[in-house]
Amino acid sequence: MNNKAITAIAMAMALPVAAYAEADDDTLVVNEEIEMVTKTTAPGHISDALDEVMSGWHFRSDETQALQMDDFDNPAMVFVDQAMDTWSKVEGTAEKSCASCHDDVEESMAGVRAVYPKWNEDAGEIRTLAMQINDCRESQMGADKWKYTGGKMAAMEALISVQSRGMPVNVAIDGPAQSTWEQGKELYYTRTGQLELSCANCHEDNYGNMIRADHLSQGQINGFPVYRLKNTKLNTAHARFKGCVRDTRAETYKPGSAEFVALELYVASRGNGLSVEAPSVRN
Amino acid sequence: MKQISLTLAACLVGTVAFAAEIAPKDVGYDEDGAVAASLSGAAGDAASGALLVGDKSKGNCVACHQVTALSDVPFHGEIGPALDGAGSRWSEAELRGLVANAKMTFDGTMMPAFYKVDGFIRPGDAYTGEAGTEPLPPILTAQEIEDVVAFLATLKED
Ligand code: HEC
Ligand code: HEC
Ligand code: HEC
Repeated sequence: MNNKAITAIAMAMALPVAAYAEADDDTLVVNEEIEMVTKTTAPGHISDALDEVMSGWHFRSDETQALQMDDFDNPAMVFVDQAMDTWSKVEGTAEKSCASCHDDVEESMAGVRAVYPKWNEDAGEIRTLAMQINDCRESQMGADKWKYTGGKMAAMEALISVQSRGMPVNVAIDGPAQSTWEQGKELYYTRTGQLELSCANCHEDNYGNMIRADHLSQGQINGFPVYRLKNTKLNTAHARFKGCVRDTRAETYKPGSAEFVALELYVASRGNGLSVEAPSVRN
Repeated sequence: MKQISLTLAACLVGTVAFAAEIAPKDVGYDEDGAVAASLSGAAGDAASGALLVGDKSKGNCVACHQVTALSDVPFHGEIGPALDGAGSRWSEAELRGLVANAKMTFDGTMMPAFYKVDGFIRPGDAYTGEAGTEPLPPILTAQEIEDVVAFLATLKED
């Protein structure tokens, strides 16, 4: 390698420092009540890669940030209300609703979102919230599954997430979760598609930098599902993953696939310690 | 008769162009990642190159690089160094190698290879998210690479 190459590399290596400076220092308090931890020391299992983890909220404009600070302004709350109706709606051959078994969502679902994806001992698998919801629909209610990234699913995930807002994300990565976590980590660092880019290229090495018109965040999922101003609906984590992989000119994985479940566990674990913020607002 | 000779002439032109063009798999990179000969066999056009560098569906180089000469194109990224002065820092052969496959110059760089067609993990069909079949079409053609190189060569340090 020649001298010029080395100079350019030195220039490129200086960038993550600049990146660090570019996340803003605002504080997120929702409804003047819920104080969110949006920046915190990186969890031990990623401390070799990052010192601090940050919510995607810090990388959005003041106007977009403001929409998430009050439920009256947060466009996602309409969908939370819709899911509240679904919660007590009887469906399926067992003639039950979610409420038949879980009663008051505020009590039964408090803290649930913070620990998902989670190992399910009986099923012998890692379950995302969406998988658990669909399992309840199928095996408990005798009702049809919802589309993995569909509107009903996203809304129900949002309703369940609201019950954990402000609590620290705390997914387990050891014991029976470990092999899935390792698989997710492998996927996170794999450079896919014709552009040969990994999640880490954009969200670990370059957060804080602009990529064309987009201000790159750390790609955390503590805010999911998120309402996007761009498509005016709730978006699930797997739909976001799919879009990001597609943008590397790669064949994507399917939402709900074993690969994306593993990736979700891994990405969620990178945000351990950040507050559950969902449903958040992004551009 | 007239028609036949026209067809024949077209074939000949096609063959000449083909013979002179270096296919993605045949590009010769030296140990620093430079490529001496024109990939298309023809000279590049700097004006077309400028358009390719700014075009989202083509080079989209400004997604990652700032280029003062293209300040009319909105939104330049900050992933790689600014390209201002690239024509003074690098020779034409080095620039060609950088655009064709920057990994030959910078090991493991984030910069995509624009003239590479196989050896990908989960190759896709452009931006559809569907599977693609290798060899994929290169992101830029041989002549487009030459045009981009010609444009970069005009970016001199003042
Ligand atoms: C007939 C009873 C029944 C119905 C109806 C039901 N569930 Fe469940 N649900 C359960 C049981 C039992 C579990 C524990 C499953 C396990 O651990 O394997 C559970 C677990 C869950 C969990 C995980 C809680 C945790 O702490 O990990 C969520 C989330 C959930 N259900 C959501 C729903 C939603 C949403 C609906 C309606 C669409 C619903 N459930 C309908 C019985 C039901
Ligand atoms: C080519 C660059 C690029 C790659 C590679 C990439 N992303 Fe993204 N990603 C973006 C951009 C741009 C955004 C929108 C701005 C932001 O939040 O960073 C985004 C947003 C996200 C978000 C939303 C964050 C939020 O707070 O709203 C998540 C989650 C995410 N990406 C995860 C991933 C994962 C997982 C991978 C790998 C499978 C990945 N990304 C690969 C560019 C990329
Ligand atoms: C996804 C990001 C990305 C894209 C897209 C990209 N580059 Fe780069 N480029 C980089 C990075 C990062 C470097 C720094 C090299 C390294 O990795 O150390 C670089 C380096 C360069 C250099 C050498 C830097 C110098 O001036 O010393 C040139 C020239 C260059 N790129 C041209 C281009 C051109 C032309 C295009 C489009 C056809 C392009 N790049 C597209 C990321 C990118």
